[in-house]
Amino acid sequence: MNTADTLLRTPLYALHLELGAKMVPFAGYEMPVQYPAGVLKEHLHTREKAGLFDVSHMGQGFLAGDTAALERVTPADVTGLKDGMQRYGLLLTDEGTIKDDFMFSRLAGEADMYLVVNADTKVGDFAYISEKLKGAATLTRRFDRALLALQGPLAADVLERHSPGISALTFMQVRRATVAGAPAIISRTGYTGEDGFEISIEGGDAERVARVLLGESEVLAIGLGARDSLRLEAGLCLYGHDIDTSRNPAEASLMWSIGKRRKDARDFPGAEKTMGVQAIKRVGILPEGRAPAREGTEIAEKSGRIIGKITSGGFGPSLNGPLAMGYVETAFAATGTEVDLIVRGKSMPAVIAPMPFVPNRYRR
Amino acid sequence: MSPTSSEVRYTDQHEWIRLDGDEATVGITKFAAESLGDVVFVELPASGKSVSAGGEAAVVESVKAASDIYAPAGGTVTSANSALEKEPSKVNEDPEGEGWFFKLKLADKGEFSKLMDADAYAKFVESL
Repeated sequence: MNTADTLLRTPLYALHLELGAKMVPFAGYEMPVQYPAGVLKEHLHTREKAGLFDVSHMGQGFLAGDTAALERVTPADVTGLKDGMQRYGLLLTDEGTIKDDFMFSRLAGEADMYLVVNADTKVGDFAYISEKLKGAATLTRRFDRALLALQGPLAADVLERHSPGISALTFMQVRRATVAGAPAIISRTGYTGEDGFEISIEGGDAERVARVLLGESEVLAIGLGARDSLRLEAGLCLYGHDIDTSRNPAEASLMWSIGKRRKDARDFPGAEKTMGVQAIKRVGILPEGRAPAREGTEIAEKSGRIIGKITSGGFGPSLNGPLAMGYVETAFAATGTEVDLIVRGKSMPAVIAPMPFVPNRYRR
Repeated sequence: MSPTSSEVRYTDQHEWIRLDGDEATVGITKFAAESLGDVVFVELPASGKSVSAGGEAAVVESVKAASDIYAPAGGTVTSANSALEKEPSKVNEDPEGEGWFFKLKLADKGEFSKLMDADAYAKFVESL
């Protein structure tokens, strides 16, 4: 990890300070965990109106050449991705476990593919993809670009004012456009379960564009704290917590991200194991009562035997209660199964629950 | 509920303790409440529980994380602020008043006297 002396800053660093953000080290960057409104209000505001997130720490880049070669490292259907569409993919190790998750886009009329990987893993991911695709495709880092997420039910109204026509996009569509005059790659995607957009722009345009969007009365700046509670309510995985190199896509309940053609062909790393019977599975968990159960909390069957562990847990402001996700033995993974969570030495009843915990509101 | 500074002491873990006769009331400071952020859950000690100075006595959880609340001085818990179970946000709204956590019958008032007074605590917070 970087020390405080060597933490990187996004192009919006000065704006975060001006807005009164509490800055914390995250993935080697100094990032806003919350603004003066606080996590609870920021979370609820995003679900009610629109929130602006700085996610410029994430790893952006372009893949040139034979982009189909990306299928060497992901079980997603890359060749089947249509022009103007973005897709979620898992980056796999040679053993078929999850090295990262990422988004890839095919921009209309362009040969190169646009990629976004997680912040904490970006350097390793880019080296790994480059190595595995050597001779077929070239991956170019654009870690200098900024990435803003505008999320919430009023995000489309707001963005339309500064990027006329953009509200015609539907969920998972992507296109080049301008926002407040700045050239951008805009996708109708996000990490909150709400309708919204992710806006990739040049670092030099970031502060001006962010100020324009924050100038709209519906928009509030949202920190990483609320980003985490929003994604947890939406049932979305956080890399390094809910998924990592110890898990395969089936254990992680992410088989939906594997293309049908890829499942039929079993032509991805670890396919035999991933397509087989799994001992454990990622599930949603709703604790009874009010006490949150945090990451690392052991999950027990009613007889007291430990059957799993929580990988993300906390309090859901929209759910107005505690929520968690974690891995349990497959026999206990069915919705409605009653379990106990061992919180501070005490057994706390909980139930296996479907995800998302708060209904998605994507514009399909 | 506005005690004079001579009756209130503070810990370096950001608890406050107010002595009224034999009974002391414990909570977390405004600084602690602001650092924690929005409190969403508190776990309070049962009456009759004996606690030692610096020992875990309660838990406070914000959206982000759980934090232990330590007893500033040893003694026996006489009551807890059960209103916080329904309205944990009182800890943010009025941390040094209605947001109190529990009351203690002190075992040794000497432990209370050794803690920081308001001026010393203010200097301590400034030094952080």
